[in-house]
Amino acid sequence: MTAADNLELFARMARIRAFERKVQALFKAGTLPGFVHLYIGEEAVGVGACSVLTEADKITSTHRGHGHLLAKGADPKLMMAELLGRETGYCKGKGGSMHIVDYSLGILGANGIVGGGLPIATGSGMADRILGRDQVTVCFFGDGASNQGVLHEALNLSAIWSLPVIFLCENNHYTEWMRTEEITAGEIADRAEAFGIPGVQVDGNDVLAVRDAAAEAVERARAGGGPSLIEAETYRHHGHNEGEEVFSGPYRPQEEIDEWIARDPLARFRDECVKEGIATPAEFEQIQEREGDLIEAAYRYAEASPMPAPASALADLYAEAE
Amino acid sequence: MTETLAKDTYMTTAIAGALRAAMAADESVVVLGEDVELSTIGCTKGLVEEFGADRVRNSPISEATVVGACVGAAASGLRPVMDLMFSSFFYVAMDQVANQAARLRYMSGGQVDLPLVYFAGTGPSGSAAAQHSENPHPILMHLAGIKVVFPSSPGDAAGLLIASVEDPNPVVFLLDLMLAGAKGPVPTDLEPLPLGKAEVKRSGEDVTVVAIASAAGTALEVAAELEEDGVSVEVIDPRTLSPFDWDAVTDSVARTGRLVVVDPARRTCGAAAEIIARVAERNWADLKSRPRRVTWEDVPIPFSPVLEEAVTVRKDSVRDAVLAGVEEKGAG
Repeated sequence: MTAADNLELFARMARIRAFERKVQALFKAGTLPGFVHLYIGEEAVGVGACSVLTEADKITSTHRGHGHLLAKGADPKLMMAELLGRETGYCKGKGGSMHIVDYSLGILGANGIVGGGLPIATGSGMADRILGRDQVTVCFFGDGASNQGVLHEALNLSAIWSLPVIFLCENNHYTEWMRTEEITAGEIADRAEAFGIPGVQVDGNDVLAVRDAAAEAVERARAGGGPSLIEAETYRHHGHNEGEEVFSGPYRPQEEIDEWIARDPLARFRDECVKEGIATPAEFEQIQEREGDLIEAAYRYAEASPMPAPASALADLYAEAE
Repeated sequence: MTETLAKDTYMTTAIAGALRAAMAADESVVVLGEDVELSTIGCTKGLVEEFGADRVRNSPISEATVVGACVGAAASGLRPVMDLMFSSFFYVAMDQVANQAARLRYMSGGQVDLPLVYFAGTGPSGSAAAQHSENPHPILMHLAGIKVVFPSSPGDAAGLLIASVEDPNPVVFLLDLMLAGAKGPVPTDLEPLPLGKAEVKRSGEDVTVVAIASAAGTALEVAAELEEDGVSVEVIDPRTLSPFDWDAVTDSVARTGRLVVVDPARRTCGAAAEIIARVAERNWADLKSRPRRVTWEDVPIPFSPVLEEAVTVRKDSVRDAVLAGVEEKGAG
C-alpha cells in the first residue's frame, strides 16, 4: 500500500459520501422520484472490497447499492441521471436507485429484492468456472438477506462446485426497522462452517481490514479455492430509507447511533493516515472538495438531461435474435 | 444442425436430440438441474456421457438459486438450459423467475441479453395431484419478459427447443407430460422453428379451434369426427404463447366467424381468456357466435383419476363447445 493507494481508498469513500449527501438533499427537497436507501456509514465495506478487484471482476449489489457501484467504478453522472429518471441514466430511466447496472464494469446489478443477488452471483461464478476465466464475483448482501433461504442454497452450490464467489455480508444490525440480532440465530459468519468454506468477521468500518479480508478471499477464489463468506460489521447512519421517520419514529437508541458515528469510516481512516504521516488534514479536505465537485457536476449533468420519451417504456423488454 | 432422428420419434427423444444438437453447435450451452445426468423423463439422457460433467451438471434441489444462477450465468457468457423436472416447481423459484429473469434486461435499459432456457415437464400426467400437475403458462405469459413455448408434437418440440436455446432471451419451454410418450415425425436435419409462429394443424371453414399443447391432439380428433357430421373445423396450435401469433388466430376467425379455445389451465385469467379478449377486440364484426372456451375448472388438480378427469379438458367438452358455436343462431 503506497500513500497514493491510501488516498485513493479515501477518495472513493468520499465520493460515495458526497453522492449520498446530494441524494439525501434531493430527497428532502422533494425532487427525487421514488425512495432511496443511503450507504452513509458503510463506505469502507464497498470500497475495501472493490479495491482488490479488477475491472473484469464482477459484483452483485443490493437495494442499498450506490456505494458498491461507485466503488466498482460506476460513473456518478449516469447514476445521478438514473436516480432522476432521465434518458441519459444507466438504465434509461427504467431502473432507478435499486436497479442500476453496468455490465461493462462487471456490475451485474443492484437489486430491489433482499437476497436477490445471491443466486445471480452464484451463476456468474459458475460461468467463470466453466469458461475457465480467472475472474471472481463479490456478492454484497445484508444481514437481512442472511435469513433468506437462497443464502444457504447459494453457499451450498458455490461450495460443491468450488465457485469463485465472495459472499460479503454487510451487517449493519438492522433488518429494515427490526434489530437483526433479535430475528437471527447465531453469527452470520459461522454459517460458512456448515458448508465447509472459510468464514470471517471483520470490522466493516475499517477500510484496510475489509480490504485485507477481501484480498485473501479473492486470491483463494482466483486460485480455484472456491467461495468464502465475510461478515463486515458496520452501521447505517441514516434510516432504512429516506423519509422513514414519518412512519417509523425513532427505533434505534441515540447512544448507539452516536457511538457508530464516532467510528465513522472516513474520519477514522483519515485520522489514521494523518497520524502515520501519509497526508495532511488539508490534503484530505482537498480530496473531499474534489469529490464533492465531481458529484455536483454529476447532478448538473443529470438535471440538464432530458426525460425519456414515454414511448420508450415499451422498448428493451426482449433482445432481438441475431 | 446435423442431428438425425427417426421418422417416428418419441417427444422425449426429440427433445434430447435437440439438446444434443444445440450443445454440439455451441460450447457455451450447459445443462443443469435435478437428475439431469440420470434423466428420469429422458430429455437429458446421454448428454453427460457425450459432453462431460462440466457442461451437464446435477444440481441440488435448490430451485430458487439454480434458476437465479442461470440468470447470472447467462449474463456472464453461458447459455444455460435448466431442467426443473416439474413446472410446479417454478413457484418455488418465483422470485428469480419473475423479479430477476423476467426483469433484468428491461430494468437495465436493455444492457444485457439473458440467453437461457427453463425446461419443465408440465400438466396432469395421471394422478400426480395438485403439486405435480400444474400448467403455469398463464402466469408466465402475464409476466412480460419471459418467452413461453408449449409445443404439441415431437417435430415442433425439437425445432422450437433449438430456437429457444439460440434465443437471446429467457425462455420457458414446457413439455406437456400427456405427450411424453407421444410419437411423431421429426426432420432428419433439425432446424430452428421461429418462436411466436402458430401453425394451422388442420384447415377448416366453419369454426376456429385454438388448442394449446396436448389439447391440439384432442381438437384434431374432434375435428376428424365432426367432418363426418359436415362440420369443418380449423385447428390452430399457437406453439409459442409468448410471443403469441395473434394474427394467425384473428385471420382464421375472420374467415370462420367462430372461435373455441381449448386451454389446459384454470379458467380464470387463463390463456383462453386473453385469446378470446383479443379476438373480441379485433374480430367483433366477424363473429357469428359467442366465443367459447374449454378449460380446467378453477380448482387445484385433484388426485383420484375420476376427479382429475372431472376438472381437466375432456374430448366431449371440446366437441360440445364446437357444436354449440356452430349451432348458435342470431349472434354477431
